[in-house]
Amino acid sequence: MRIRFAKHGKVRFISHRDVARAFERAFRIETLPLAFTEGFSPRPKVSFGLALSVGHESDAEYLDVELTDPVDTDELPSRLTPVLPEGIPATGAVRLAERAPALQESITEVQYRVATVDGCGRPVPEHVLVAAASGALAAGELAVSRVRKGKMSVDDLRPALRSIEIGHDGDAPVLELTLLTQPRGARPREVLDALDSFVGVGLSEHRVTRTSQWIERGGARLEPLAADAFAPVLETSAS
Amino acid sequence: MSNLWPRVEPLLARVEKPARYIGMERGSLRPEHRPSSTSWLLVYPDTYEIGLPNQGLQILYEILNERDDAVAERAYAPWVDMNAEMRAASVPFFSVDTHHAASDFDVLAFGLAAELVYTNVLECLDLAGVPVRAEQRRPEHPLVIVGGHCAFNPEPMADFVDAFVIGDGEEVVGEITEVVGAWKRSGRTAREGVLRELASIPGVYVPSMYEVDYDGPFIAEVRSRFPDVPERVDKRTVSDLGAWPYPKNQLVPLIEVVHDRLNVEVFRGCTRGCRFCQAGMITRPVRERPADQVRTMVRDGLRRTGYDEVALTSLSTADFSGIDGLVAGLVNEQEGCGNVGLSLPSLRVDAFTVGIASEIQKVRRTGLTFAPEGGSWRIRQVINKLITDDDLYAAVEGAYSQGWQRVKLYFLIGVPTEMDEDTLGISHLAREVVKIGRKYTKKASCTASVGGFVPKAHTPFQWFGQNSAPELQRKVGLLRDDLRRSGATIRWHDPEATYAEGIASRGDRRIGRVIERVWRAGGTFQEWSERFQLDRWLDAMAAEGLDPDWYVTRHRTDDEILPWDHIAAGLHRDFLWDDWQEALREHGLPDCRWTPCYDCGVCTDYALEHVVASAVPPAGGSQGTGQGLGFGREATVSAPVSVPVELTSR
Repeated sequence: MRIRFAKHGKVRFISHRDVARAFERAFRIETLPLAFTEGFSPRPKVSFGLALSVGHESDAEYLDVELTDPVDTDELPSRLTPVLPEGIPATGAVRLAERAPALQESITEVQYRVATVDGCGRPVPEHVLVAAASGALAAGELAVSRVRKGKMSVDDLRPALRSIEIGHDGDAPVLELTLLTQPRGARPREVLDALDSFVGVGLSEHRVTRTSQWIERGGARLEPLAADAFAPVLETSAS
Repeated sequence: MSNLWPRVEPLLARVEKPARYIGMERGSLRPEHRPSSTSWLLVYPDTYEIGLPNQGLQILYEILNERDDAVAERAYAPWVDMNAEMRAASVPFFSVDTHHAASDFDVLAFGLAAELVYTNVLECLDLAGVPVRAEQRRPEHPLVIVGGHCAFNPEPMADFVDAFVIGDGEEVVGEITEVVGAWKRSGRTAREGVLRELASIPGVYVPSMYEVDYDGPFIAEVRSRFPDVPERVDKRTVSDLGAWPYPKNQLVPLIEVVHDRLNVEVFRGCTRGCRFCQAGMITRPVRERPADQVRTMVRDGLRRTGYDEVALTSLSTADFSGIDGLVAGLVNEQEGCGNVGLSLPSLRVDAFTVGIASEIQKVRRTGLTFAPEGGSWRIRQVINKLITDDDLYAAVEGAYSQGWQRVKLYFLIGVPTEMDEDTLGISHLAREVVKIGRKYTKKASCTASVGGFVPKAHTPFQWFGQNSAPELQRKVGLLRDDLRRSGATIRWHDPEATYAEGIASRGDRRIGRVIERVWRAGGTFQEWSERFQLDRWLDAMAAEGLDPDWYVTRHRTDDEILPWDHIAAGLHRDFLWDDWQEALREHGLPDCRWTPCYDCGVCTDYALEHVVASAVPPAGGSQGTGQGLGFGREATVSAPVSVPVELTSR
């Protein structure tokens, strides 16, 4: 079964692992028929998608959980939401197809809405964002330094940047980032550093929301609940 | 009152574990403050992860919020990084429930479980903008109240605290609420009036109502300043635990904390009489919760919280009347609903106990913990922990043979009459335990965890001169050398921190200035090894002209007035002194639950009785049943339990 949920407000300060534990407790409160791993420390078979950074909000997070018996997926969100932490509503659930691919490997594209501030903590004007975005999109390569396995390495961020648009949250201009996750993703923080190299205002995150995640398969761009949903065999009648 | 959240929120992006400061736990409340209600801020002056599970705080949080005339919120000491951010942004100490400033509350109530957190109380007050010294507070400032086991020697904190609550808090918080409420309605005039009112509540000690005279370094007299203020403050005791089924809505934290599980207190008090154990002495008599209520609290608690583990807590859970039946019932009831684990954090060292452990730990059989406390039979008679070597070996044999691979043993060093052969008995036991384990598995391991003994108020050892830090270090060295290449490992507490704890543990009012100096020098979170420096304490003692060894390593005599003699835990001083002399004669004292009364004073003076469902000693034998003395058939243990995360530094 795949469940979609959001993460908003104060609860954005809990970690990915904390969210996992909150779901496990919610499943037990609602006595879902969980499947457990074998061995000395049986754990419920739950797998999460791409981790969301502590402090970031999300409109669309996903997890897969294996059950021993089917449950009514239509009513599941309204059962789970009251027993999940405030700010983490369950917003959808589907029964998965047999042998659906793992969530984490499936996601190919994520979108973020990023409200920014400059080095002095002031909102960044729209024309500066526009200049930064067009600079980055026009660049052939965007070098970013990363620590990997204890060593510094320089990666090119540009392939992960599918698009940058300027949107609005009320009156405030925000960046709408569409980022590819394969073969190597990028964090909003890294994208802002790269953008700042074109405007030099000390661009940094004020508030970040993951707005959607997508699975690209056979040229189609699918919402993760729809992508691997179990398709019941419809009984056709003779009439 | 204003909500500080908009000013707190921007700081959280820059600190570790920001969820420490957001509240929102399942079971938490956002009470509405009204002018007519007395507002309490319940503070645990350590990190959120250590403080959140505290059952005392959670019990009072519920009891106060159920009242029409009170509201209660919670706060925990912000970690060093958050503290610095708050000071830089002028954000004061706040509640996690509604993010209101601490100084807006009527009462700031601190729960103190260990002496090394004392400096954190001062830090919290200062961060709240409240003067740390009680005498400097004005009517608009909150009342500062302290409870918890440390209140049984209140004197080192007397300068900073308006009132201490001695003993169980369930009933007295209501009485305090009424006094504070009346003071508010009358327009919050001078503090002295309300403090005098508080001092007349049984179990409440208001240090400013008492004068201390000294004769050189010794206390000459402690007397109350007014005729209506009692000369001696007796502890409060809830006689029927069944009447207080709290917490009903145990908080479920959003981040990992210590003891992260459902906790159900099955009894309070202990009469085993371990002479080093302050908790066992000051919480008498034994009051069991009815077994049916325990079952209900477990069932409802699991259903409400979604936890997959429940602990039955007390000072010695295997002594609960009919524990085997209770455990079997709980295990059977939980079967089929998803692997709920049951843990008993305090068991005994015997085969019966291992039997219970194997009953409840069908899976996750990794480690078992026993607490023989002393390395030799002789020293265990001195401390009244009557476990023979054979008891321990039988328990360990049972554990390894039934699939456990790691055994952890808790010991104290630096107890009265200890000689090197007693200390080395610890490494001898550890080696033998490894030998037994290797018969069953190559992976068998044994860890000896060694803590330096700090004498505590209201115990038979309150007169004993603690070992110096170098002496404890020498003993640790003996054990380390002796355990080389033995297969057993040793862990120990920092003897220097043990020494500092000794300063505060039996300190008098003059130690208050020392605590203030340590705090002003930056000494907060002293129970965290990376934050502790003994020199801060020694420098502060020197600056105040006080000799630390006089407080820590000196033996007291029978005629000395002890700083806590005007606080009564119900134990007769004669009883404690006689028990101290019995200890020096290496005599054990059976448990009075199942033997005639020794007149320690608690039941007789307070017209209380042990509340136990069964007057028959627990199966498997027990200290105090008579069958144990001489052979040590029983033996107490603290037990298994999968320890969640090691958050404490030592």
